[in-house]
Amino acid sequence: MAEAAARETVLRTEALSRRFGGLAAVDNVALECRMGEVHAVIGPNGAGKTTLINLLSGDLPPSAGRVFLRDREITGLRSDAISRLGVGRSYQKTNVFLPFTAFENARVAAQSRLPSSMRFFRSARTYRQVNEAAERALVQAGLEGREGIPVSALSHGEQRQVEIAMTLATGPSTLLLDEPLAGMGAEESARIVELLQKLVAGHAILLVEHDMDAVFAVADVLTVMVNGAVLASGPPEAIRSNPEVQEAYLGTEEAH
Amino acid sequence: MAGARVRLAVLGVLALALAALPFLADKFYVQLATKILILAIFAMSLDLLVGYTGLVSLGHAAFFGFAGYLLALVSPQYEAANLWTSLAIALAGSAVLALVIGALVLRTSGIYFIMVTLAFGEMLFHLFHDTSIAGGSDGIYVYVRPVGTIFGWQPFDFEDFTHFYLVVLVAALGVYALLRMVLASPFGRVIVGIRVNEHRMRSLGYHTFRYKLVCFVLAGTLAGLAGYLAAVQFGVVNPDMLGFHVSASALMMLILGGMGTLVGPAIGAAVMMTLELLFQKITDHWLLPMGVFIVLVALLLPRGLVGLVTGARAKDDSRG
Ligand SMILES: Nc1ncnc2c1ncn2[C@@H]1O[C@H](COP(=O)(O)OP(=O)(O)O)[C@@H](O)[C@H]1O
Ligand SMILES: [Mg+2]
Repeated sequence: MAEAAARETVLRTEALSRRFGGLAAVDNVALECRMGEVHAVIGPNGAGKTTLINLLSGDLPPSAGRVFLRDREITGLRSDAISRLGVGRSYQKTNVFLPFTAFENARVAAQSRLPSSMRFFRSARTYRQVNEAAERALVQAGLEGREGIPVSALSHGEQRQVEIAMTLATGPSTLLLDEPLAGMGAEESARIVELLQKLVAGHAILLVEHDMDAVFAVADVLTVMVNGAVLASGPPEAIRSNPEVQEAYLGTEEAH
Repeated sequence: MAGARVRLAVLGVLALALAALPFLADKFYVQLATKILILAIFAMSLDLLVGYTGLVSLGHAAFFGFAGYLLALVSPQYEAANLWTSLAIALAGSAVLALVIGALVLRTSGIYFIMVTLAFGEMLFHLFHDTSIAGGSDGIYVYVRPVGTIFGWQPFDFEDFTHFYLVVLVAALGVYALLRMVLASPFGRVIVGIRVNEHRMRSLGYHTFRYKLVCFVLAGTLAGLAGYLAAVQFGVVNPDMLGFHVSASALMMLILGGMGTLVGPAIGAAVMMTLELLFQKITDHWLLPMGVFIVLVALLLPRGLVGLVTGARAKDDSRG
């Protein structure tokens, strides 16, 4: 990570906050995602990690603070606009099209990159580049051979893979991944970790994940959130040995 | 793809059988079939909204009735209107009405959407019922059916019930083919995606409101086509045509036949008209057995009557 300083900052927040009634789910968070880096965010349940991603993706508007994508302020933009600017997200709670086949899930995702889908005459199946992008994403997520199966008939782990495939199929340059490994078997997890290691070269990745082995395998920067606020942020090894962090979070899980 | 070929073959045979009807059956049945086909167009247009996009509208008759009124209003009193211009006016009028209503109602969703579509339908009903712009509660007559000529040649005569039936048949098949094409297109995939999971469609980058609005306008325009044809057939337009009752019976055709299938709602239209006639022969309280029948179908055949044929297979969702 010697060249980290030279890497382009893609996504940046300033004093980002989101309140639900009296609860500060995200509290004054400043963070950066750089091209070519995995920025992992960890923290106990309810720390505000998902809410943070929702604020970045436009699923939720922030209560205060600002979000920048490169030089452009995107605070308060709707999720479809942010997606079109090249920010792709996956959901912790699988959020797919259950009656559709795995292929159709990825295909609809890839189709969103046509300049417009106000196209009424040609069959959607005949758009070759869309099909190829969909197929590529499915293979990346480890679903080759499973394309024709309705997602409702896939296993929970495979549905998690469809979730990833859809996010990839939109061809984003920034990825916001909310616990992508949750619910996946060891083999699929390893595969996704490998995929992240490959993808990172051309992407800025924000990764929320509970699997600490995976986190330490891929993270270039590690941020720990507790009660909506950033407790510590920095190189993974420094965070691992931070006594405050160990007490608040890692201590119990990193017994080995 | 085998499914598509079977569908095409079945449809071809059905189209031929329907085209032969006027040569086999007498006037009463031909006119009944005409009415059924018109309602099939109306029901298919509603299926685009309800069955495919997941927008349950209780005000769809607004476009059906409005187009009928437009024909009546542009028709000279004792002469035939020009088919092409009056049809263009009726379609454009219902499209604009759908654009205006859609831009407002599509800001809501779920139960609120149902309620505001109902409210708009009723507003339009009272506009025509309580004011004298078009004959008030009595409605307004179309004394002479419109005439369409192509460079002086008149290919069909709407005063002839067989001609009119065949034209309506072509229109119904055309609407079916049009909707099949649209549903297979990128646009069609988007609206089905919106029904299944609008939230994810947004997060994939789709401005879902725009797609719903275009869909609403398309459905409203096709309902307008049906309303225009109904006005031609019956020669009279009255406020009931755009009221709640017509909207609700179209919805029942969808439930009866099986929504999200296009064919289902068309079958629903045929079954409902036929049963209405049968029950009316038996009893003055024909709505009662009709209601029982619909409840039974809804309970026993959650996929509607087409579910009997397609079995456990899902409605045409997205085998991709
Ligand atoms: N839509 C919501 N309405 C109210 N409270 C919410 C909502 N979403 C999240 N919260 C609350 O905000 C806090 C942070 O939640 P979340 O971001 O899901 O945490 P994490 O992803 O780190 O587990 C939790 O206390 C949660 O209950
Ligand atoms: Mg979470």
